[in-house]
Amino acid sequence: MQSIPNRQAMCEKLLELAQTDRDIMVLTSDSRGSAAMAPFAKQYPEQFVETGIAEQNIVGIAAGLAHSGKIPFVTSPACFLSMRSIEQIKVDVAYSGTNVKLVGISGGVSYGALGMSHHSLQDYAVTRAIPGLTVVIPADRYETKKLTEALVKHEGGVYVRIGRNPVEDVYESEDYEFEIGKAVQLNDGEHLTLIAVGETVRIALDAAELMAKEGIHARVLNMHTIKPLDAEAILSAARETGFIITLEEHSIYGGLGAAVAEVTSSSCPVPVHILGIPDEPAIAGKTSEIFRHYGLSAENVLKIAQERLAKKGQ
Amino acid sequence: MRMTTTENLRIKSLQIRMDLLKLIHGAKMGHTGGSLSNTDVLTALYFHVMRHDPLNPKWPDRDRFIASKGHSVESLWCILADLGYFPKEELSTFCQFGTRLIGHPNNKVPGIEMNTGALGHGLSVSVGMALAARKDSRPSRVFCLMGDGEQAEGSVWEAAMAGAHYKLDNLVGIIDRNRLQISGSTEDVMGIDPLDQKWEAFGWNVVSIDGHDYDQLVHAFESAPQVTGKPTLVIANTIKGKGVSFAENVPEWHHHVPNDAELQRAIDELTAAITNQDEGSVTTHAIHS
Ligand SMILES: Cc1ncc(C[n+]2csc(CCOP(=O)(O)OP(=O)(O)O)c2C)c(N)n1
Repeated sequence: MQSIPNRQAMCEKLLELAQTDRDIMVLTSDSRGSAAMAPFAKQYPEQFVETGIAEQNIVGIAAGLAHSGKIPFVTSPACFLSMRSIEQIKVDVAYSGTNVKLVGISGGVSYGALGMSHHSLQDYAVTRAIPGLTVVIPADRYETKKLTEALVKHEGGVYVRIGRNPVEDVYESEDYEFEIGKAVQLNDGEHLTLIAVGETVRIALDAAELMAKEGIHARVLNMHTIKPLDAEAILSAARETGFIITLEEHSIYGGLGAAVAEVTSSSCPVPVHILGIPDEPAIAGKTSEIFRHYGLSAENVLKIAQERLAKKGQ
Repeated sequence: MRMTTTENLRIKSLQIRMDLLKLIHGAKMGHTGGSLSNTDVLTALYFHVMRHDPLNPKWPDRDRFIASKGHSVESLWCILADLGYFPKEELSTFCQFGTRLIGHPNNKVPGIEMNTGALGHGLSVSVGMALAARKDSRPSRVFCLMGDGEQAEGSVWEAAMAGAHYKLDNLVGIIDRNRLQISGSTEDVMGIDPLDQKWEAFGWNVVSIDGHDYDQLVHAFESAPQVTGKPTLVIANTIKGKGVSFAENVPEWHHHVPNDAELQRAIDELTAAITNQDEGSVTTHAIHS
């Protein structure tokens, strides 16, 4: 299925919204191309700020703009925005309560062959540890558009991670309920639950389809908001299906899997299999090759489910 | 490593340019413009100026090179392979699955000191290396290559301050002043002029040269430190995409990948330049000053 990259979807929605909302501003750090924001820079030069290659500075400037009533969208490579500017994010955005939307572009292993300096596989771990910061990762272009609308209405600091490449659609249109902090159940089943985020939601759906052929019925949750986490949806899944597999394009430390396990461990301890990137500098290559290497595939998810369910049956 | 004449260096750099274009063409990715602009700086350093030994990459008295603008790694991979730091055949793995030769310097590969790729890190680690060399009374010098767009990172200036504070005259900073970055002209994206005065105000000895002229490159690097007790900054005025007429000064060639026809045209131009003493026929654009 042909689609457009989520970064482009965000720009399209911002172009639409900026027509009537003159407070929306877009900032880039020599990254208007990679953020797909060149059309915005062209169409709304008065609502656009270029900071050059200065990721700490861009967050501080955005915080200042927000303090004066603007709605700044900082769009910059996720690896640099999330890690290099983390103190500005902590103090100038979260602690000071400024309304800054931090959009990390080309997140995860989107920049596959460029190596660890360009991978962002710790970004949820650090951003979700900051009090007051909301952390969201949209699954496809429709969700990116819904999210962009929600971000403009939402008051407060948000970190959003978006990938680089086109992703296969998860939804059919923008016509569905989207709320920051509320998981979307895409599929129901009683044997286990797959909780996925971002571009791994598609993999979870494909895995559920494979499983159905094997008589295994999986619930699929799109946990687009890592923080605040939808604990209710997780606990229902734990209670009703008894086994959870989480999928994410992130280190297995401190990401979605960890967040899910934090919720289940105290209230409903069920096995949680955390599927993500192990604790190593991720191998370099194409994004799809890296995913395959680490078992982020429908086939591997099926295998994990089968092994677990066989154990349960014994 | 010494190549006696500047003519030899010029020819070597043309061969390296061909290699790096083939590398990028083969991998279908890479940073073409900035690699071509800094090829002459790297050729002068690796084939003439620096004390280093491909057979003994960790020789304690070696000079250090830090590619702070790590995205332009293609020229570096080709030079290190040419010098025998690793087999030339390995170049074909550039950016392929599981390779060591990724799109940025990787110190799992002999000859690479530090991993770079996030801009604005190189000068700080260079300051640390220069401090260590002085503490251990070693003759090593540290050469750190930065981009002009990279000058927008505040950490560059933190390191600049430290280099002058510690009077590191074994430290040479180099700016590949090609006047372009990703989004266009560096002066449009985030103005950095007057660059020489800024570095001078930070306590550095500043030299401005034509970054494609081997006499000037060799002289600038070999005569540093010109002032004792001060680090030297060489502003190498260059042309992004240098040596490939249709890539010169074209912002899109920052990470544009040559197609088959473009590669052939580039190789033809570079081959012609090897036999042509007068480089002027290849270089269609003048250097900005
Ligand atoms: C900290 C950081 N921010 C952003 C980038 C992405 N990036 C790679 S190259 C580049 C432009 C570099 O321009 P310049 O320093 O002028 O180098 P050159 O033109 O010589 O390639 C940018 C923004 C990066 N590698 N590191």
